[in-house]
Amino acid sequence: MFSGFMVNAWVVATIVAVVAGVVGFFTVLRGSAFVAHAIPQAGFAGAAGASLIGVSTFAGLGAFALVSAVAIGLLGKRGRHDAMTALWLVFMLGLGALFLSWSQEYAAAVFALLFGEVLGVSTNQVLVTAVLGAVCIAALVLLYRPLLLSSVVPTVAEAHGIRSQQMEMCFLVVVAVATTMSVPVVGALLMFSLMIGAPGAARSFTAKPLVALGLSVAISLLIVWISIAASYLTDWPVGFFVGILGAVFFIGGRAWATWRRSDVGRGDEADPRSGAGQLQEVGQLA
Amino acid sequence: MTGMAAILGGIFEAGFFTSGPVRVALLVGGVVSLVSAVVGVFTVIRGQSFAGHSLGDLGTTGGSAAYLLGVNPLWGFITSAVIGALAIEMFGNRHPRERDMATGIVLGAGLGLAALFLYLGTVQHNTSGAAVSILFGSMFVISSSMIPVFVALSLAALAVVALLYRPLLLSTVSQEIAFARGVPVRAVGMVYLLALAIAVSLSCVTIGAILSTAVLIGPAAAALRLTKRPGLAIAWAAVIGVTVTWVSTLLAYDSYYWPPAGRGWPVSFFVVTLVLIVYLLADLGSRQASRRAGARAMGGNDGRAGADGRTQPAESWVLGAE
Amino acid sequence: MTDPAPPTPAGNEVLSLERVSLWLSGREILHEVSFSLHAGEVTGLIGSNGAGKTTIFRVILGLEAPSAGTMLFGGRPRPRRNRSIGYVPQHVDLDPDAPLRTRDLVGLGIDGDRLGIPLPSKHRRQLVDDMLEAVDARAFAKARIGNISGGELQRTLIAHALISKPRLLLLDEPLANLDIRSEQEIVDLLSRVAKEQQIAVLISAHEMNPLLPVMDRVVYVASGRAASGTTDQVVREDVLSALYGHHVDVLHLDGRILVVAGKDEGHHAELEKTTKAPPRGVA
Repeated sequence: MFSGFMVNAWVVATIVAVVAGVVGFFTVLRGSAFVAHAIPQAGFAGAAGASLIGVSTFAGLGAFALVSAVAIGLLGKRGRHDAMTALWLVFMLGLGALFLSWSQEYAAAVFALLFGEVLGVSTNQVLVTAVLGAVCIAALVLLYRPLLLSSVVPTVAEAHGIRSQQMEMCFLVVVAVATTMSVPVVGALLMFSLMIGAPGAARSFTAKPLVALGLSVAISLLIVWISIAASYLTDWPVGFFVGILGAVFFIGGRAWATWRRSDVGRGDEADPRSGAGQLQEVGQLA
Repeated sequence: MTGMAAILGGIFEAGFFTSGPVRVALLVGGVVSLVSAVVGVFTVIRGQSFAGHSLGDLGTTGGSAAYLLGVNPLWGFITSAVIGALAIEMFGNRHPRERDMATGIVLGAGLGLAALFLYLGTVQHNTSGAAVSILFGSMFVISSSMIPVFVALSLAALAVVALLYRPLLLSTVSQEIAFARGVPVRAVGMVYLLALAIAVSLSCVTIGAILSTAVLIGPAAAALRLTKRPGLAIAWAAVIGVTVTWVSTLLAYDSYYWPPAGRGWPVSFFVVTLVLIVYLLADLGSRQASRRAGARAMGGNDGRAGADGRTQPAESWVLGAE
Repeated sequence: MTDPAPPTPAGNEVLSLERVSLWLSGREILHEVSFSLHAGEVTGLIGSNGAGKTTIFRVILGLEAPSAGTMLFGGRPRPRRNRSIGYVPQHVDLDPDAPLRTRDLVGLGIDGDRLGIPLPSKHRRQLVDDMLEAVDARAFAKARIGNISGGELQRTLIAHALISKPRLLLLDEPLANLDIRSEQEIVDLLSRVAKEQQIAVLISAHEMNPLLPVMDRVVYVASGRAASGTTDQVVREDVLSALYGHHVDVLHLDGRILVVAGKDEGHHAELEKTTKAPPRGVA
């Protein structure tokens, strides 16, 4: 499992996991589940079109994902399920279906693009993935503070001079790049599962932002590694494991949080229904 | 007369009206898009488009499970849609962010399962292409023995909507008022969701699971751009939905010899494209209309401008936040 | 005009608006609004919903550019990087599960607009602790911001705004959702902050009575027009009637003030004949 072509697969998978963990952290924070779901769909059409004309699917994916990210950013629909956006995205899927229907490998190509597959990662692709991954992470590390502020309290961020629309645009572009890297491995339909499941679980375990970010990456790595290994051993699609594990971790995190909350006492969380009186009971938390 | 015949002959390729599958497609496709359009109007007004979309995507799981078990995909679609509707009813009242995340996670698990079922089914039955027909529809391969089922289910969904028309509208506009009038808001909502589940599963067969949203909200959204009155919107949506589906069927049939592959373009592609075009036209038309109306009145648009400077478009409540 | 109590001696003008007007979508939202804010003073921005209070905030924050008039910050036009204005909004939509604690949000007030990830430092932690102490927020310092009560969140946002040592603090309807005791606490806190840190504090409200004890000046807004000055200068029948465009009565009851729509047409006619010069700022 760890030799030959699989080495590349492991490297790419690891990079994808780290990026998904970081990008996912902000995706969940901003409540952009819909966008994370939508951009890969548009990418699907690009990938299909690219494979048809013999161009790298990567490039086609990236181009379409980027364009739709910018379009969504300009139209200013952050997480809103507007009729126009939904219809446009469904059209993208239909276009992808059309392109693929013209190719010889219709069924197989559809399956791979939507549900992911481990094989077929060339060294070149590893390089491209590494570079794109580095770009994504660098961007989010740089924008960490303003993006955090803008995601949680946008009006206050505006007062600091942080323009919400600019932040949204940057974020969407990063999502587009992250998606492009990940679709070939995890699949267009399941990329967002990784991007939501890992951070969704992480936030149940801690309230400290940096720790949550780190945990999100850790969980994401765990999910992807298990998925790759399991897929290799069983021949079942990677996407299956990612989807299921994403749900498992997410639900596990919620269960943990609920169990913890029923046990009010000291700890780094105040009682959720805190009023002045109850707060005194929690005592000094300094 | 021959000129006319020539044109018609060009539009309707030979054998269109005599082909069995085409007839089934026209009948079933027409009925299904009618139901979807009608139910879709309520879906859009109630701001539940995302729910409708999710039920469609979830159909992938049901359809692929049915495929694995060797059962007609329609039953799979219905099962997953109904389960999904129940889940939505249970968790639907949370904060939108939480709801979106939960939906995403469930969808992820569902699609993961679908991937597995499709893979196993392909290995077992030694056929490929199931994924394609589940995801993108199989309008031309519907067995004519299934027609009664489709028609019956469609009529059931339409009957539900007809019966619930007033209480549904009332509880959409204001839950409190409906409650005060004695409308069992929760029950009405639940029954409506089941009608939605039926409509979505039907269109999963014709247009495909991940594209079914198009016939659900496309005609409805376009109709609501053209008129504010629900009854009229339903009529418009139905006309748009059925017309788009029939024209798409025709185009798909005609495309059999079109380049590049010589095996026809997918019907669902035409459907989603035409739906988008119609919506864009309706949207454009309504903007022009409001601009003209606004220019006549003073102020430039027919929205309300408060002292805070933000203007609200008059029809935002319809397609508004969910 | 006679003032029973002269305004706080504050030579430092932090912000001044001079005949600022704003047109949006063909409607005049603000009409020649003029007022100034001084360090160490609490100014109330009073008016009902839709009168223009939030718009004035947005103009000050640079989110809307005035169509006419000038705005000066300490005598100079608005700087680009604005760390010298603190802002506390009225509503914040928070996810209860968001992984951000009170002390993290306050910390972001120091340098939230800088690039990169902050390295934990003792100095930073001390600053945050001190500020938390100042607004009495240590008890919930480690709680998720989505989990604390409205009043606690408000104090957190105030701490966030103050930690960067701004010269101007804007609060959008801070008293709107509070019970009377919390109202008192916040008002006292803000007054203390203004005096101790020599900050100009602008508080918007639709009800001025809770602010009366600490308000040094008032800017009364109605339909996009404003009248500014001390309470005695502005909250008078002639001024407010001219502002609203119809007669209003100003009733004084036990130290509190009530502004109500007038009922006497004859009285209104009499007002027309008065020749008192209106205070600065009335259109």
